[in-house]
Amino acid sequence: MIPAQFEYLAPTTVEEALSALAQHGDDAKIMAGGQSLLPVMRMRLNAPDYVIDLGGIDSLRGIREEGDTIVVGAMTRHVDVGNDPLLAEHAALISRAVVHLADPQVRHRGTFGGALAHADPAGDLGGPALALGAQFVVTGPGGSRTVAADDFFEDLFTTAVGDDEILTEVRIPKHTGWGAHYEKFVRVAHQWSIVAVGATVRMDGGTIAEARIGLTNMGSTPLRARAVEDALVGQPATEDAVGEAAQSAAEGTNPPSDLNGDADYRRHLATVLTRRAVLAAAQP
Amino acid sequence: MTVTEKAPDQEIGQARRRKEDQRLITGRTRYTDNIVLPGMLHLAMVRSPYAHARITSIDTDAAKASPNVIDVLTGADLGEGQGVCINAWPITPDQKTPVHLPIPSDRVAFAGEIVAVVVARSAAEARDAAELVDVDYEELPAILDLKEAVKDEVLAHPDLGTNKSALWVFDSAAAGTGGDVEEAISKARQDGVLIEREFRQQRLIPAFMEPRSVVVDPTGEQLTMWSATQIPHILRFALAATTGVPESKIRVIAPDVGGGFGGKLQATPEEWITWAIARRVGKPVKYTETRSESLMAAHHGRDQWQKLTVAARKDGTVTGLKVELLANLGAYVAIVGGGVPVLGAFMYNAIYKFPAYHFSCQTLLTNEAWTDAYRGAGRPEATFAIERMMDELADELGVDPLEVREKNWIRHEEFPFTTVAGLEYDSGNYEAATAKAKEHFGYDDLRAEQRRRREAKDRVQLGIGVSTFTEMCGLAPSRVLGSLDYGAGGWEHAEIRMLATGKVEVVTGISPHGQGHETSFSQIVADRLGVPFEDVEILHGDTAVSHKGLDTYGSRSLVVGGEALARATDKVIERAKPIAAHLLEASIDDMEFTGGRFSVRGTDKGMALTEIATAVFTGHNLPDGAEPSIDAEATYDPVNFNFPHGTHLCAVEVDTETGEITMRKYTCVDDIGTVINPLLVEGQVHGGLVQGIAQALWEEAVYNDQGTLVTGSFVDYTLPTAADTISFDTDTDSTACTTNSLGAKGVGEAGTIASTPCVVNAVVDALRPFGVHDVRMPCTPERVWKAIHDRDQDVASGAVPHFGADTGMEGVADRSTGAEGAGQ
Ligand SMILES: Cc1cc2nc3c(=O)[nH]c(=O)nc-3n(C[C@H](O)[C@H](O)[C@H](O)COP(=O)(O)OP(=O)(O)OC[C@H]3O[C@@H](n4cnc5c(N)ncnc54)[C@H](O)[C@@H]3O)c2cc1C
Repeated sequence: MIPAQFEYLAPTTVEEALSALAQHGDDAKIMAGGQSLLPVMRMRLNAPDYVIDLGGIDSLRGIREEGDTIVVGAMTRHVDVGNDPLLAEHAALISRAVVHLADPQVRHRGTFGGALAHADPAGDLGGPALALGAQFVVTGPGGSRTVAADDFFEDLFTTAVGDDEILTEVRIPKHTGWGAHYEKFVRVAHQWSIVAVGATVRMDGGTIAEARIGLTNMGSTPLRARAVEDALVGQPATEDAVGEAAQSAAEGTNPPSDLNGDADYRRHLATVLTRRAVLAAAQP
Repeated sequence: MTVTEKAPDQEIGQARRRKEDQRLITGRTRYTDNIVLPGMLHLAMVRSPYAHARITSIDTDAAKASPNVIDVLTGADLGEGQGVCINAWPITPDQKTPVHLPIPSDRVAFAGEIVAVVVARSAAEARDAAELVDVDYEELPAILDLKEAVKDEVLAHPDLGTNKSALWVFDSAAAGTGGDVEEAISKARQDGVLIEREFRQQRLIPAFMEPRSVVVDPTGEQLTMWSATQIPHILRFALAATTGVPESKIRVIAPDVGGGFGGKLQATPEEWITWAIARRVGKPVKYTETRSESLMAAHHGRDQWQKLTVAARKDGTVTGLKVELLANLGAYVAIVGGGVPVLGAFMYNAIYKFPAYHFSCQTLLTNEAWTDAYRGAGRPEATFAIERMMDELADELGVDPLEVREKNWIRHEEFPFTTVAGLEYDSGNYEAATAKAKEHFGYDDLRAEQRRRREAKDRVQLGIGVSTFTEMCGLAPSRVLGSLDYGAGGWEHAEIRMLATGKVEVVTGISPHGQGHETSFSQIVADRLGVPFEDVEILHGDTAVSHKGLDTYGSRSLVVGGEALARATDKVIERAKPIAAHLLEASIDDMEFTGGRFSVRGTDKGMALTEIATAVFTGHNLPDGAEPSIDAEATYDPVNFNFPHGTHLCAVEVDTETGEITMRKYTCVDDIGTVINPLLVEGQVHGGLVQGIAQALWEEAVYNDQGTLVTGSFVDYTLPTAADTISFDTDTDSTACTTNSLGAKGVGEAGTIASTPCVVNAVVDALRPFGVHDVRMPCTPERVWKAIHDRDQDVASGAVPHFGADTGMEGVADRSTGAEGAGQ
């Protein structure tokens, strides 16, 4: 598993990284944690001439609070995301999801921004980020722009980040007091999601006041189960009511068929996991 | 000199930690890939992406011009000099065996077959140049399905004219070991019970941790090969037999080897190529495979269709068993090859007193990776099928599955027992192991819970699986192997060297690759010779040190190799005795040996064996004419296989809404005779269980319609980790083996053999209320869910690997290589 030869560039600022990217264009790849990039390079499915490692750019790391928003630097590692008290309090769905991502080794190397920029439809962070209405800050030669979650994921492994741009941070609106649960369905523990459902709900007494649901691996991008979200409003958090609403979880999805399950089975799983995720999120 | 230390406490039976672990686990040892020799060159293989194709041209110019490339060679370049990969066990005299050249020059027969090899100064440069080799192929139709293969419409090797390699048949009426199955079947059809089922043994990948690696140094008087192999001795023989180098000029070393599970019991193209190139360039050469290459081109295991017919009386007494197999050899007949299902032939009757038995196995060539031994080799397949059938019979009769088994099994007072397959089982106690297992497991309580959940129509149903198994291990009495036309014997060799300073070197022909033999063998020798455990060193895996041996597989190391060792220790003591008598000035008849000391009966005079070793070293005072040595060797040919057995019970919870299976409890009681080291036994049982459970639940090698391995990385070949298993409840029971002096039986494969049917029986048991009679392995949640909803359990045939061409990420030119370049 030896990758093809490449030049290794280690910028220490975003500006340096951007100029390297501008200079080498198509021949370069950004490396964050390397947990998705290196396997494909080692399998020689990809052979960039330049690898631009963002690991030395301190400003891209860390989690902070800005008014109604929690800001996660693109280079924050999964393990730090999982342990962060701000996220646990204000965006619990992220905390719940990230601990199910891969294994401890990968979580110590892989990054929040890397996973989202990679946009693997089976990845565990896209659905939750979408459900929480995250804003993606993308920086290019002309400065930064912000892309809404709904516009960020374009297709399989394709996002709104342009060839000359870098994802620098992700801004997550606070969902303080919302219950959250990530229901990941796998055959072996270290596997990518066959299907997963992230749900976060705001309860009002025994009733669901608001719900946001993100689906993992139910199409070429993460998806929102909007029909379920709408149907849940004003419903009690009971098996029956939530189960009824969850029936439409697979509406509008286009899941893959592979060794872990065909599309029909995945659609069925989506409804079951949605019910379970919402009920668990609604637990006081 | 007088010795004052007390004899060490008995070593056999102690749960010693493995003395080899520190160096193995930290990797600070000699795995083959760690070996670096002066001037060493490196190889990279170019492999076919096609399952079946004619090679029309190979352009090596660009690769040859690549930096630091010494040469690029094709099959045509290497020609005859490369030797051939051998099949050591033609199972029938008319077996069709395609010639297996390490690098074919005209046609490839599976995706992953080597078509060219690059020799360069570094591994990276070799790999880079391999990308530049331009091969033109003309695709040929590929045969990728056993049931299609048997029709002979598409041929794996067109020149053979058929895919059928060999048909091996055993019939108890013809052999005189039992009655006529067809009679039993027609009688059962009239007034008994007839169960017919077909099972699929999916294809598996041995997935050893250390990839295969080989280094060849042609610069000495002997050509030396280091290889990550289970079989250095057999390799040496095969190299001599096929490459024209005299055996005396060959030294093969298996240094520390990181796992095998049968997957390194092979004479591989990669070894032969490295051998040929080192001889050609006259320099040391290394090849280490990538994980992708390992998964695609190292031999796979299992891959059979099994059709079984059980005839029984209405009271549950089985009257006959008929087994018809289709076994996939893959593209070539590997070293054991068709011998794997043949080993299973003797085990379908398992622990039972079936009066009539018929077995037939058709081996078939296909355009997939070759198959061969994988932990259990033939016996897991047999055990799976018969244990599934016994459950089906119990279900048909409406009785508890243990009851049907008890009705048919050999009772402990009936041993020794000659089975319908012609083997003589020396000992066993199925009643005792089963009773113990039931109690540990809480069988009756779990059955009660199962009834409650069924009545309540619980979303989560409980299933209880049973597997009472036996196996034949300790391969093997040489005469039996001869009668089956296997190309070698089954004996084992050991030598004891008593060193001048009182330490002991032990040489064994066994070739450990992770089992812990250095520890268990030291325990045996320490006890037999009465020396401290720490003073015993076990040498192995180098034909210059251990010149004779038949290596490690088939749970043979302790029961055959350990017995050879025990016999060599006896000879040491015999040789030392007259010298002791001489030095103690006593009659040889008065000599007693206990706890490492010779003493003169009725006196307090005595002397340690280690002191005699020193006396022999100086040679100053020996009896007249005595040879100054008490070293000894022994070669032991087992008189019989041995037959460990056990009862395994497992409870699983099945979520009927998703098909998810959660293991709740796993209890096993294995009777493996005398336990040398309980900790090692537990390790073997745990590892074996996980490997067997993995076949039941997780693992399957899958090819797509083009013959490309979809499960070509560990993302898609779902090996379990510790996170996927539960704590097992394991225990042993000991009915000593009567055919070796240690009383030991093999344990290396037991867990794997027993656990697969146990788990599948549990899954099916949970689903019986839904009218389900089988779930195909691996029992994925999807299959379970589909079984409940009465849908076809086939997996999606259009499946793609997680890391495919489209995972190559955007923006870089090189994405197409992924689609074309298998294995790079
Ligand atoms: C064994 C294993 C199991 C895994 N299991 C899971 C799992 O269960 N669930 C899951 O979600 N993930 C899983 N992953 C993937 C893991 O989450 C990776 O960390 C993630 O996909 C990529 O993050 P990274 O930081 O390693 O990015 P890299 O691998 O370095 O980069 C990935 C891609 O994103 C691009 N990129 C990275 N950062 C930026 C940026 N700031 N701006 C623009 N482009 C950028 C890179 O150029 C590259 O194309 C697994 C990985 C492995 C190795």
